[in-house]
Amino acid sequence: MTQILKREEVVAARGVRITFGAVKALDGADLVIHAGECVGLVGHNGAGKSTIVNVINGGLTPHEGSLTYGGRDERGISAARANGVRCVFQELSLCPNLTVNENARIMHADLKGWNWRSRALSLVKTQLQEIFPGHAIDCDSTIDDLSIAERQMVEIAISFAGTDKKPKLVILDEPTSSLDAGLAAQLMAYIRKFVTEGGSVLLISHILGEILSTSSRIVVMKDGRVVADRAAGDFNTHSLVEAMGNVVREQEFSRKTTRKTGTPALSMPPRRGHGLAFEAHRGELIGLAGLGGHGQTEALLDLYLGRNSNWWPTAAKEIAFVAGDRSLNGTFPLWSILKNLSIASLGQLSSRKMIDDGREQALGESWKKRIEIRTPDMGNRILSLSGGNQQKVLFARALATTASIVLMDDPMRGVDIGTKQEVYEILRSEAASGRTFIWYSTEMDEIRLCDRVYVFREGAIVAELVGEDITEKNVLAASFSEGAAA
Amino acid sequence: MNLRRQFVEKPWIWSFAATIIVWITTVLFTGGASSFGLSQAALTFAAFSVIVGIGQMFVITLGPGNIDLSVPATMTLSGTLALKLMDVQDGMILVGLLASIAIGLIIGIGNYILIKLLRIPPIIATLSMSFIVQSVAIWSNRGLRIKPPETLAEFATSGLFGIPNVALVALVLSGLAWLMLEKSIYGRWISAIGQSTFAARMAGIPVDGTRLVTYMLCAVLASVCGYLLASFSGGAALNMGSEYLLMSIAVVVIGGTAVAGGNSNIPGIWGASLFMFLVVSMLNTYGFGAGFRLILTGLIIIAVILLAGGRQSLR
Repeated sequence: MTQILKREEVVAARGVRITFGAVKALDGADLVIHAGECVGLVGHNGAGKSTIVNVINGGLTPHEGSLTYGGRDERGISAARANGVRCVFQELSLCPNLTVNENARIMHADLKGWNWRSRALSLVKTQLQEIFPGHAIDCDSTIDDLSIAERQMVEIAISFAGTDKKPKLVILDEPTSSLDAGLAAQLMAYIRKFVTEGGSVLLISHILGEILSTSSRIVVMKDGRVVADRAAGDFNTHSLVEAMGNVVREQEFSRKTTRKTGTPALSMPPRRGHGLAFEAHRGELIGLAGLGGHGQTEALLDLYLGRNSNWWPTAAKEIAFVAGDRSLNGTFPLWSILKNLSIASLGQLSSRKMIDDGREQALGESWKKRIEIRTPDMGNRILSLSGGNQQKVLFARALATTASIVLMDDPMRGVDIGTKQEVYEILRSEAASGRTFIWYSTEMDEIRLCDRVYVFREGAIVAELVGEDITEKNVLAASFSEGAAA
Repeated sequence: MNLRRQFVEKPWIWSFAATIIVWITTVLFTGGASSFGLSQAALTFAAFSVIVGIGQMFVITLGPGNIDLSVPATMTLSGTLALKLMDVQDGMILVGLLASIAIGLIIGIGNYILIKLLRIPPIIATLSMSFIVQSVAIWSNRGLRIKPPETLAEFATSGLFGIPNVALVALVLSGLAWLMLEKSIYGRWISAIGQSTFAARMAGIPVDGTRLVTYMLCAVLASVCGYLLASFSGGAALNMGSEYLLMSIAVVVIGGTAVAGGNSNIPGIWGASLFMFLVVSMLNTYGFGAGFRLILTGLIIIAVILLAGGRQSLR
């Protein structure tokens, strides 16, 4: 007990209240982080996780309650940075038009004077090598040229890097959302090492396995309050999900194990001239697996753009797309939630090319109920929603269309487990009624839900797994096979 | 608080407030004698700016980099060729109108061919197009000033219940444009493209088709405006469009349309067009010279853009 008392407080937020208009984002939340611990923070979309992170990093001033860094009462982003608080945001925050080392310069103001470029470069290189040994990122390239996974890796590396002083607290908001299993494991291992060396980490993730295996203490938030705060050893997946206020559902495997025959609804010749051809039949749920960035997104884009004229409006949409990188190619930031939802189904909402307001409203209300978009009014701007809720809107956008084929580019990034289970159920029932889903996911749990899985490596399909053969072991084996054997 | 929100959410209120202030100062300065004539003139000249401004607004809504600089040349060519074709015959009025619409359609397609096939940025593509169009106008006109058919000239210069006919035409066109923008699928599409072209593409919007239609629409509105302006001023002149280059962009920006695209505003174009005309006539009544007038016009545009930027960051 005395041991715990002696530990140094890095940051302490007590009784914090924040309201955005009528929405209580934080309703008296407490969060204290000590040196040398990794705190896992879990909760639903909109539970207040991102808000409390913004309080700790100085971006938001609490309307009530106290905030101290190392016992001193200070406010503001620069105070937070001066106290060694670093943050990797859920919405990646690198400047896309700058190179990796220039981005490092932005975060580390002390990289100045003559020859700062090479110093920045070596800083990032060493740190990347330390966290993700064996990575293949060219640190001279601009951020634009990197994949989402690589951007996330660079941002994580820049945040952990220290020139003069090492960071005291690194906040990671969904750090593995675009990393594949291998990279995520490397990151988790680094976090454990960082913590044993006396640093502290605040880890936010919807992947409960990561939280349970990496954190020393777990804080559960719900509706702007902390509802549980215990050592990680006291939790297991089951009790953690329950603490978040969900009923644990056993996953039902109603997978179709029989291979469908007949004319495929969608097909594509082997990519890059080798590997297997792609085929999808009506009512199938097909997974695209493999390590992140091995051509799955490109395959989806080819499938989509090849069936969607850039010149003529199509009378009936046959294919819809759910984006994974919502800020880059998903949402329309100036618009309301409703307009963002209805944009892909305007054809069915209008007569003679004029939009029927009543029908649009009705569509919005029905989807708001169906997937529980947390907002008092669908007329609010899309950016007023939390990240996960924005993703739900993108999902609803595709499902609300009449399209018989839905392509999904890792759409569950940053979506909480309760919503995920609801969406899985919607997918199942929609597939049963004849819709085809092509689903790229970096999460093994989601791949296991699919009827059939194509594994990608270096841009081509290298394996096809059906039914009971879809296991983590088989997918990993196919993702690495040749490289590992050589 | 509520009033302030109204102002922030409806940026066109600003341009109307400014218009009323300028109108009152001008009328007071002239002792109230000119109020009717001034309003008539303001509505007439604003109407031309509104017609080209609406087209430019649709193009600007398409997002950063989209702009149509061929507007003045299109006006000139359309006015010149339409008057030449009508050849002072009343029976040819409709044919002349159709011809000017056709000219607009061709120029719009030409603009987008340059933009899309040759991958030239819109600002340069439409500028080069404007050289071609202007040269055709010079070549076909050869300095002759052809009069408009009498009925058409009569229509363009007279009014109904004290409101100039051209203003009524502009009002009808604004109404149609408002419907298209706010209520039609096309309006949603251009706004979506203006916010994020790639996201629009992935939501199933035919991006190229929509942009092509928008450039065509802008050119058609410019040529209809040229047709009306030539009829109003008793003949086409080779420099008749020149002041509408800056004007078409200025009224869009002052009217509260986002320069970065995605957000547009039709009432604001009316306010801004009236405002721009009234400022010029106010300076005229004070007896300032042309040079000073232009400097002040430029300063006003800069000030409005600065203020508009501040407004947006308020959200």
